[in-house]
Formats: sequence, structure tokens, C-alpha cells
Amino acid sequence: MSSLQRTRPGSRGIWRDKLLRDVLSIAAAMAIVGASLGAIAVSKGIPLWMITLMGAVIFAGGSEFMAVGLMTAGAAPVTAVVGGLLLNARHLPFGLAIGDLFARGPLTRLVGSHLMVDESVAFALAQRDPAAKRRAYWLTGIALYCTWAPSIFVGGLLGQQVGDPDVFGLDAALPAALLALIVPSLRDRPTLRAVAVGALVAVVSTPILPEGLPVMAALVGVAAALPLPRGRKGEEES
Amino acid sequence: MTMAVVLALAGGTYAMRLAGPLLRGRITISPRWERLMSIAAITLLGAFVVTSAVAEGGGFAGWARLAGVAVGGVLAWRRAPFVVVVLAAAVTTAGLRFLELAA
Repeated sequence: MSSLQRTRPGSRGIWRDKLLRDVLSIAAAMAIVGASLGAIAVSKGIPLWMITLMGAVIFAGGSEFMAVGLMTAGAAPVTAVVGGLLLNARHLPFGLAIGDLFARGPLTRLVGSHLMVDESVAFALAQRDPAAKRRAYWLTGIALYCTWAPSIFVGGLLGQQVGDPDVFGLDAALPAALLALIVPSLRDRPTLRAVAVGALVAVVSTPILPEGLPVMAALVGVAAALPLPRGRKGEEES
Repeated sequence: MTMAVVLALAGGTYAMRLAGPLLRGRITISPRWERLMSIAAITLLGAFVVTSAVAEGGGFAGWARLAGVAVGGVLAWRRAPFVVVVLAAAVTTAGLRFLELAA
């Protein structure tokens, strides 16, 4: 639990803490997106308590929008579940990459896993040393978790008064934020090759594959990062 | 919308989130694999950024969003502060829509 205590800002005020400032700006954008999800869901007849609970127990925005859209359009429940799980499948490789940041004890592993979202992974990967990575992961995960379900609830209460978040350009702000977090890693050539090939594969396969799969298909791009400096065993993937 | 869908989605998503950390706790990983897995995570994030910049529900998301993310990307590459990147992306996209130059 020591990693939780390290998330406290210093006594010099939160606005001097760069990480905290960046995390809060993402949280503000997420709050508006959450509010719009709540408003949309309630307008389509989903009970407020259910959409709020969904935010707390699923905590993966894309799959929640997808489930609301599919279910209220009359799709079969199994479609909503399978579609949402495909969209969330990227969390498995995320956990393989950064799982040791919160795998110290059973409790931190159980809680830390639930806080795994694109933003917490990206903020963690953007830091240099393990202590900074841990702090970034917990801070982002906790901030976004504390924002997401409450903003869905408030949005659901406000209903029609919540405007379209696209008017504010938030649909561009959130990808741009993730991009800003991975840009420093892209200065490494093998990583840049992997991302370029992976992104191309994902975009080309988007019209033909179901949502979520194009992003997973991008993993073939990792082959473009090879050869890396060899480890002791030097096994090659096939 | 039923409770069963919410619970199935929540349970499945949590299982996928927990699988990585659980597996990591059981095996030792060479530095080379460590590096490859970080590259894989960055690749997934990169693909997620690009697909969400370009596409919405399998179709083209429109030039306004793409332009906003591109402006953000250029600023990030030139080491602009994070908040500037995020705001510039939002303002570009919102501005293009407001002026009805792009959807």
C-alpha cells in the first residue's frame, strides 16, 4: 500500500505538480464525456442507477457507449457483451507490460487491475523510473475512477441539458492526450517502426473487422521492432 | 439493457485486466521480453489513438477530429506542454465544426 501514499501531492500546492496537473486535465475531459454517456443512456430509457453502476463496475468508456448503443438499438445481449469484450481485449497485453507496477500484494493487484485504462497505462509508460511509473499509474487510475461514475450520474440527472461533447472537440482531445503521452517513446526507432506498422494495420482493417479487433491486430506491428539487442536465450517469435 | 449484460461485461473486462498481472507474478521475464512487451503496449495505444482519430463505428470520423488530433500530435512532437496539446486539439476540432469548415 506504500504506492498509494506516494500519490499525495507535495506541500507546494497541486498546481506545481506537473503530473497531477496533467491528470486533472484528462479527468476534466473524461467528466464531460461521462456526463454525455449518462445523458444519452437516460434519454434511451436506461435507469440512472444502472448506467452509474455500469461506470463503476466496467470502467471502460468505449465498451459502455457500445453496450448502450447496441442494446437500445435492439441488438442481442450477447452482441453487446462480445463486442464490449473485444474492445477491452487490449487490457490483457497492457497487464503483461505493466502488471508488475501493482502486483506487490494480492490487494494492490486486485484493486490496481480494476484501475487499468488507456490513460493510466499511458501515463505510467511515459515515466522513466519504476517509482514514478507506480505513482503515475495509481494517481491516474484513482483520479479517473473517482471521476467516471459520478460524472455519468450527474449527466444522467441533467439529461437533455448536457450538450454534445463533440461540439467542444473532446473526441479529438482524448486521442491527442494519449498521443502526447506516447510521443516520447516514439523517439526510439524500433518502437516507432512497431507503432507505424501497427497503426497502419489497424486503420486498414477498421472497415472490415468488428470494433476492437483492429487495435489488437496492430500487435503484428511489434515484429517491425525486431531485431532488438539479443537477450541471453535469443529465442525468436514465429 | 439488462443487468446480465452489465455483469458479464464487467466480469469479462476485469478478468482480462487481472490476467496480465497474475501471469507476471508467476513467471520471470527476460529484459528482452520486458522491452518487447512495453513496445507492444505502446503499439496498442498508438493504434487506439490512430483508429479513434480516423474512425467512428467502422466509418470515417470526419476531417475535424482528424485535424485536431494531428495538430495535437505535431505540438507533442515539438515538446509542447501536455495541457497545450490537449487544448489545441479540442480547440482545432471545435473551431472547424463551429465555422462549419469540417464535420
